[in-house]
Amino acid sequence: MALHSTVTQGKIQYRYKDDNLETSEPNKFRVGDLRSEEMIINIGPQHPSTHGVLRLEVISDGEVIKDLVPHIGYLHRCFEKHAESLPYNQVIPFVDRMDYVASMNSEHAYAMGVEKMLGITGLPKRVEYIRVLVAELNRIASHLIAIGTYGLDLGAFTPMFWAMRDREHILRMLEWTCGARLLYNYIWVGGLYYDIPVGFEEKCSEFVTYFRPKLKELEELLIDNKIFIDRTANVGVLPLDLAINCGATGPMLRGSGLRVDLRRTDAYSVYPELDFDIPIGEGKMGTVGDCWDRTWVRVREITESLKIIEQCVVKLNGEHKRTRDFDPQALVPKKIRPAAQDLYVRAENPKGELGFFFRADGRSDIPFRCKARSCCFVNLSILPELSKGVLIADLIAIVGSLDIVLGEVDR
Amino acid sequence: MQPADFLRIISVTDAGAAVVSNSTPPAITVSVNKLVEICRGLHANAETYFDQLSCVTGIDNGVEAKTMEVIYHLYSIPYNFSVALKVVLPREQPVVPTLSSVWKSANWLERETFDMYGIIFEGHPDLRRILMPADWEGYPLRKDYSEQEKYREIQVKY
Repeated sequence: MALHSTVTQGKIQYRYKDDNLETSEPNKFRVGDLRSEEMIINIGPQHPSTHGVLRLEVISDGEVIKDLVPHIGYLHRCFEKHAESLPYNQVIPFVDRMDYVASMNSEHAYAMGVEKMLGITGLPKRVEYIRVLVAELNRIASHLIAIGTYGLDLGAFTPMFWAMRDREHILRMLEWTCGARLLYNYIWVGGLYYDIPVGFEEKCSEFVTYFRPKLKELEELLIDNKIFIDRTANVGVLPLDLAINCGATGPMLRGSGLRVDLRRTDAYSVYPELDFDIPIGEGKMGTVGDCWDRTWVRVREITESLKIIEQCVVKLNGEHKRTRDFDPQALVPKKIRPAAQDLYVRAENPKGELGFFFRADGRSDIPFRCKARSCCFVNLSILPELSKGVLIADLIAIVGSLDIVLGEVDR
Repeated sequence: MQPADFLRIISVTDAGAAVVSNSTPPAITVSVNKLVEICRGLHANAETYFDQLSCVTGIDNGVEAKTMEVIYHLYSIPYNFSVALKVVLPREQPVVPTLSSVWKSANWLERETFDMYGIIFEGHPDLRRILMPADWEGYPLRKDYSEQEKYREIQVKY
């Protein structure tokens, strides 16, 4: 009774009206234009297999999809507008919240961009190696989510737990560096928040030794599984020419068989000094560029990231050893005021090319314009091309293989 | 490739093209009515072969400047170089032809720019708002934007 009265007497913030959805996010397709056997099906925004708040408006003929339109924007948090009112260094926590499962990678890209604008070069090698180390750890964590939840989409429950269990080790290690599990604010413009804790390098080697056989297990359980192959091979084939024309990047593009990785082509940070391969989709189970290939590329990339981590640990224990006078904040500028310029910076995130466009006016500490080129946004725009004429069950397999994070799609 | 080389290729189509200073990657200002022709040329030209449109950025220069800009970042995978094309539009009537006939990725990137700046992309196959609700008033990233008081009885300003 008491509860009831507060509801009726209190101020109602939002009264639901029947036409709310129709006016705020109208369907693209009209019922009147449909043929008699077709219907409009709405998938999401609240559905686990859409990986967040993605709404798909589907025209289906029985089980077959005729046309599809994604509706996004449910997680739009005005990143670009916020960035236009904050000093450069205070934007980093917002960058974390874009792709919240790979924050270190996004921070790395952002920090590199601002450093380029300021002309900061010659960061201590130890800083660069730590950056690469934590970014690669985060890349593994992101790929584990991608693979684990992809299994979940297709009805495999165990791989999700295994992936989450191993991801937890990474999250604890990253928590050890900066205190946060997901949103780190660890990589700063001109340096790092803090040196890695004592014993972190050993923990990394320990993790690599522990994780290699576990990854093999995961691969045998999920990737090589007959049911998984049946569900993903020859499904959602993305031909290379379409992938390039649609702006696909990251595992999407490599899954289609092109050996392109910004860590190699742009050779940023200390990646030129590290030895790693760029896995591509080879069509082992079906056609090049199908869902299986994309997932397989992610698994192989984890192996490559483990190689990078091992090399970083060797460097951090040897050449660029911890010293008493090492200050990771030594080059952090007190005041960030770049000269007037335009700059586009990009880096290889787990999901593709993350780019930042900056315009500095030279008069203020706040970016005049800061645009985030989101890899998930562009990769998701390919979905209508991929899913014409497929079954609804395959649509779920295709959406999962894109590996989107709606936080980055909507920003 | 140097900025001058890009300029040489582009100025065949658009004599008024000019190199923008202080830009990374090199940027070229081009005229709006030649944009599609230039892009088609850069896409097909064996010297450049820009096969990816990475990013479309809208910029509002403010009420005093009375201009808006759209910046296109192109990337050539085979040659591994980038270039930015810049068009300047009048703020009252910002209209620019769509590039979605050249690169399919232009579709959503241009929709986002339309959503945030109200820049009309002429000939776009599906120019609807993408991140904001369809009944949202105004274009949020314009410099003179002020948010509406209420949206569906929800207080917007705090």
